Amino acid sequence: MSSNSLTSAGASGRTGDKVFSGFALGAGALILLVLFSVATFLVVQAAPTFVANPSEVAGGEGFWKYILPLVLGTVIAAAIALLIATPVSVGVALFISHFAPRRLAQGFGYIIDLLAAIPSVVYGAWGVAFLAPAMAPGYQWLADNAGWFPLFAGPASATGKTILTAGIVLAVMVIPIVTSLSREIFLQTPKLHEEAALALGATRWEMIRMAVFPFGRPGVVSAIMLGLGRALGETMAVALVLSSGPLIASLIRSGNQTIAAEIALNFPEATGLSLSTLIAAGLVLFVITLAVNMLARWIVGRHKEFSGAN
Amino acid sequence: MATATTTIARKRSALTRGQLPSYAPWAVVAAAVILAAAIMALVGFNALGWGVLSAVLFTIGLVTWSAAAEGSRKAKDKLATCLVVGSFLIAVLPLVSVVWIVLVNGLPGLVTPGFLGTSMNGISGLQDNTSVNTGSRVLGGIYHSLMGTLLITLWATVISVPIGLLTSVYLVEYGNDRALARAIRFFVDVMTGIPSIVAGLFAAALFAAISGPGTKTGFVAAVALSVLMIPVVVRSSEEMLKIVPNELREAAYALGVRKWRTILKVVIPTAISGIASGVTLAIARVIGETAPILVTAGFATKINMDVFSGWMSSLPTFIYTQILNPTSPANPGPSVQRAWAAALVLIIMVMLLNLGARLVARFFAPKTGR
Repeated sequence: MSSNSLTSAGASGRTGDKVFSGFALGAGALILLVLFSVATFLVVQAAPTFVANPSEVAGGEGFWKYILPLVLGTVIAAAIALLIATPVSVGVALFISHFAPRRLAQGFGYIIDLLAAIPSVVYGAWGVAFLAPAMAPGYQWLADNAGWFPLFAGPASATGKTILTAGIVLAVMVIPIVTSLSREIFLQTPKLHEEAALALGATRWEMIRMAVFPFGRPGVVSAIMLGLGRALGETMAVALVLSSGPLIASLIRSGNQTIAAEIALNFPEATGLSLSTLIAAGLVLFVITLAVNMLARWIVGRHKEFSGAN
Repeated sequence: MATATTTIARKRSALTRGQLPSYAPWAVVAAAVILAAAIMALVGFNALGWGVLSAVLFTIGLVTWSAAAEGSRKAKDKLATCLVVGSFLIAVLPLVSVVWIVLVNGLPGLVTPGFLGTSMNGISGLQDNTSVNTGSRVLGGIYHSLMGTLLITLWATVISVPIGLLTSVYLVEYGNDRALARAIRFFVDVMTGIPSIVAGLFAAALFAAISGPGTKTGFVAAVALSVLMIPVVVRSSEEMLKIVPNELREAAYALGVRKWRTILKVVIPTAISGIASGVTLAIARVIGETAPILVTAGFATKINMDVFSGWMSSLPTFIYTQILNPTSPANPGPSVQRAWAAALVLIIMVMLLNLGARLVARFFAPKTGR
């Protein structure tokens, strides 16, 4: 290409500039429009549920009575996932950033990233075929020995398809997300802080507690919240693994249901008002995850100057 | 002679006082493995229990020894090291388990002749019962789902890449720190967190409003996937455009080149490898999505190559329906075999995409150096 073709014709170039910047701006605006229309369309399609006669909505007692157990089920599953995933992820992130041999660290990080690459439906299939049967004897033991505790009240599910199994599968799916974000943050700890701690005679663990954790805390908190957003919205793993039912406190009986799985299981047959109810459930899920994600981004943004995480 | 050895020994002990000898970890490993094997032999042997028990015994042994010989600070350090390494092993365990289970269960189905080349058209419970009763090979395949996945993903890519790339160009080249650019950045971040099923519901609701309720086609699914894909493309392209050195832009401007030509001919070509690898990773992310396709494209057993009309199957929804609603409820075996084989195909596709993204990024790395 000659430089002539690059610099030729001022007028057409100016038009080109305008058209191109217009396209770029339009694409950006389109994204805002899409997010806005996601909310709008969900509200419009969900509206009939809110004004319908309560007895006609699924469950027969109105939308809020229908959605409340689902919200609680979603929160329970996500809470189990985070309780397991948080310590493991922080440990793995520390392992890759501060413990593993420098040469191997990147390879280990890649292995953990592969966990995120496996499709959720495969995790679901794995949960049904392998994890649930493997957990069933454990649940039986819990019911026999800790059955007085409401969370482990029997009779235990014989198939192992419980909310606890679903929570464990969700934890596996959340671990790579929290790990990769935390790892980036731990790696950004100022080298001088770490070396100062070590020079004062701190062991590696004391150095991590004194230099790495205080620096990375806001970043790790927001990583956990992003993982929470994923766990709340995950559909397929729960739909396949959980043998759903009404809301119960016991984690080792079949029962409970999450919003996303409820939608996936019932959507194919839904029409009219039941369809609108499912979309309203999706709207509730959307609002919850939106709030969690915005909070996480806000925390990152607030600490951006000194945590470097974004 | 005897005095010489004692002084050497004393010297070593003076230098290394308060430290475990260098063979300590290996000694504890050996002791832990043997002890765990002994305990497992009493309760009934299994490999996983043996590994876990060895690790626990190793941690207890090393930390106790360290606490006795070195004091509590070093013992805490050893404990933390053991826990951190242990958490990595715990995280790798499910990966190994998933890959192993999919390989073992998926291979028999995958090597069945005709699995990749035929659809599920005409396969009913009857055929499955026959193949179970007579032991003949399992009929039916994933050709329709494979084509569906490829077409839906292709359309999602065609929609997402221009929008995502142009948006990142706007953010880096035009937006800078304006309010609109900041709003777009924030909402793109928020969009990455949209649950996939909500994206599916959005596309379903959008097309219900446009072309009547119950519209389920491959294109609706592609729109749903685009909602998930666009933010990923924007974020990765933005990072790549940002690292293009400003000198390149300034050199082009100094030659009198218009901004839009600079972007098209200088900035994007410099960053193209990173952008391509980001797009590949985005494809890898959406190709395995199940929920949005489930609510937007329905299920199909026939080959449908037209994304604009009719229900369409895809690999993830194929896996889901075969497991949840086996073709023959009395004999779910063939359906489960097909599901695992499809899962194996899907995992291979995703892994290849991930590998491809890394290779692209490595071999066509931005020419920023001199």
